[in-house]
Order: sequence, then structure tokens, then C-alpha cells
Amino acid sequence: MCDTCGCNVTPGNEHLVAAGGRFAHTSSGAESVEVLKGLLDANDRQALHNREYFKRHSVFAVNLMSSPGAGKTALLEATIDALGADLNIAVVEGDLETENDANRIRDKGVPAIQISTGSACHLDAHMVHNALHELSLDGIDVVFIENVGNLVCPASFDLGQHCNVALLSTPEGHDKPAKYPVMFRAADVVLITKSDLLEVLGDFDPDAAESYLRQIANPAPLYNVSARTGDGMTTWLEWLRREVGRQR
Amino acid sequence: MHELAICQALIGQVSDVARSNRAAAVSDIFVSIGPLSGVEGPLMQNAFPIAAAGTVAGAAKLHLRSMPIRVHCEECGRESEAGMNRLVCEHCGDWRTRLISGDELLLQRVILENAAAGVEKNV
Repeated sequence: MCDTCGCNVTPGNEHLVAAGGRFAHTSSGAESVEVLKGLLDANDRQALHNREYFKRHSVFAVNLMSSPGAGKTALLEATIDALGADLNIAVVEGDLETENDANRIRDKGVPAIQISTGSACHLDAHMVHNALHELSLDGIDVVFIENVGNLVCPASFDLGQHCNVALLSTPEGHDKPAKYPVMFRAADVVLITKSDLLEVLGDFDPDAAESYLRQIANPAPLYNVSARTGDGMTTWLEWLRREVGRQR
Repeated sequence: MHELAICQALIGQVSDVARSNRAAAVSDIFVSIGPLSGVEGPLMQNAFPIAAAGTVAGAAKLHLRSMPIRVHCEECGRESEAGMNRLVCEHCGDWRTRLISGDELLLQRVILENAAAGVEKNV
């Protein structure tokens, strides 16, 4: 029994030493206070605010996550080409530096806000909130938030999106869900991008990718898509239309 | 390395608790962390002094409690231990499981020094 590790606290006396209890103050004047709050509480509250803001404007918000170079911007360009006439799209771009991706989107006639994170490896809900100040959501149907290319850090931060879409490009290998379980566990849809390279590569097995995704208990659908050839885009676009319809 | 951002959020919360209890300093911070939170304990320990420097928790010790990964099987209804990239039921092998522990990132408790006696604790 001692006064330092808590081994003298029993179910019978814990109310006395708990925060606010009669003996909560120790002899040294120190005091133990129970908090029980998520560390990302401030981010999560801002994310909730962002989600309500999207909802008020009947906007469907998608968080696109992948490693750098998996084809997030190319997917957006192809999506805009296919749906731009039917749906009003806006994009929030996250990169460490440059306006390159936002410019590619603007070239398609779609509003894009670039967040330059400097050295930060992920977007958080506050950065997205600030970007939304610069974006009018009037008449917008869907906002894509293109996260910083990174399969690790973005998974921990809720942005206020309705869905997480994770891209897994064929050159990366089909075992990415096993290597980055935190990211792929968070995915609501997994897009196997650059599917036109499946034949050339020869060693990417989409069924194995699905199996790895199920091993982490994720029931998300996987769609093979090629933004370059357009193969498989129909399934992705159908999913997107359906989800946009649900927010209206 | 998002652990620094996480530590800065932690320091924000701890500072709020210290302020509302009129504490002069924070000596100990207890955090529960699950492997599936995406946060690495050792990296968090490294980042913590940087985030804490110059704050009320500048001299605080960070205690990390690692939580086990456990799942509940929706198919057979039993619970089992699981691994980072293998969340299947160890009893029946089904993958349709629900995580019941392992993704925590929770500030449990802080120990405050020289807290004003009789102050209401509203944390």
C-alpha cells in the first residue's frame, strides 16, 4: 500500500480520493483531476461545426486520402469532366507547398482553395474551416477535400467530411491496407487507381487488396478505376451521385 | 509526425484544466493510447517536451498507458484479442467484427500542484 501509484484506492474509498472528494488533495498540495477527454477534442468539435455547415448547405463532403502520387487530382479532373455539367463541385486542396493542384482544378472551371500546410503532414478541421471562409457553398453539391498525400497522419484527424475515400494506386502494391491499417480502417470507399496499369504490372491482385481490407474488419467497397482511360469510372460516379442525392 | 500536433492539443486541454482549478503547475499527465489511434507512444514522448515548454505543464511527466486491441464478433458474439492489421475474430475467423478497444487517444487524469483549495472542479 502506498500513496503514489494508487494501489491503496479501492472501490469502497475511491469516491473520497476522486476529484472533488474529501481527500483529493494529497499532503504535498497536489491534486488529481479526472478529465476523460479525447486528445483531439478541439479538432473534433471544429469538425462537427464543419459538418453542420456542410449540412446547412446540403453539401456532400468527401475527404480524399492516399499516398503522394496515387492520383487524387487526376481522379478529381476526370470526375469533373464526367459530372461537371450535372453537379456543382468545389475543391479544397491540401499540399505542403505550391498552388499546382488547385490550378489544375481551376483550369476545369471549378472553384478550388489551396491550403498550404508548410511542413504539416495532414489537414485538420481548423485548416478546412479557414479554407471554407474563402469558398461560397451556395449552389454547391459536393466538396472534395484533397488531403495531403500521406497514408499515416491524415487518418487521425476528422475534418467534418461525410465520407472518407482512400485511393490505392496499383504501383503501390496490394498489401497497403495491411501496412497502413489506421488509414484503410477509416475508408468508406477504396478506389484502386491507375487500374490501366494492372496488366503491365502483373503483380497487383485486386482480390488480395480486398482480402487485406476485410482483415482489418472494413466492409467498404473497392472499385477499380482508371482516370486516364475512364475504365471503371462509372461505378465510382454512380456511388458519388447516390451519396450526393442523400445529402439533398 | 503528427504527434507534435497531438501533443499541442493535449497541452491545450491540460492548460484548461489547470486554469479552471487555479493550479500553479501540472506534475503528471495520464493518457490512454491504443495502437489503432495512429499515434505512436515513443514519438509522443519525444514531442511532448517541445509542446510543453513554457506552459503550465513544462515540468510535467507524461504517462502513457497502452490499450489492448480487442474486437467483438458480430457473427459469433464473442470477444477476442486482435492485431493491428488482423481484426478478425480469433474464435470463428469471421472478419465482421467491431472494435471495442484499441483506438483510444484519451486524456485520463492530471495531477495539479498547489491547486487552490475548495475550487469547484468543472472538467
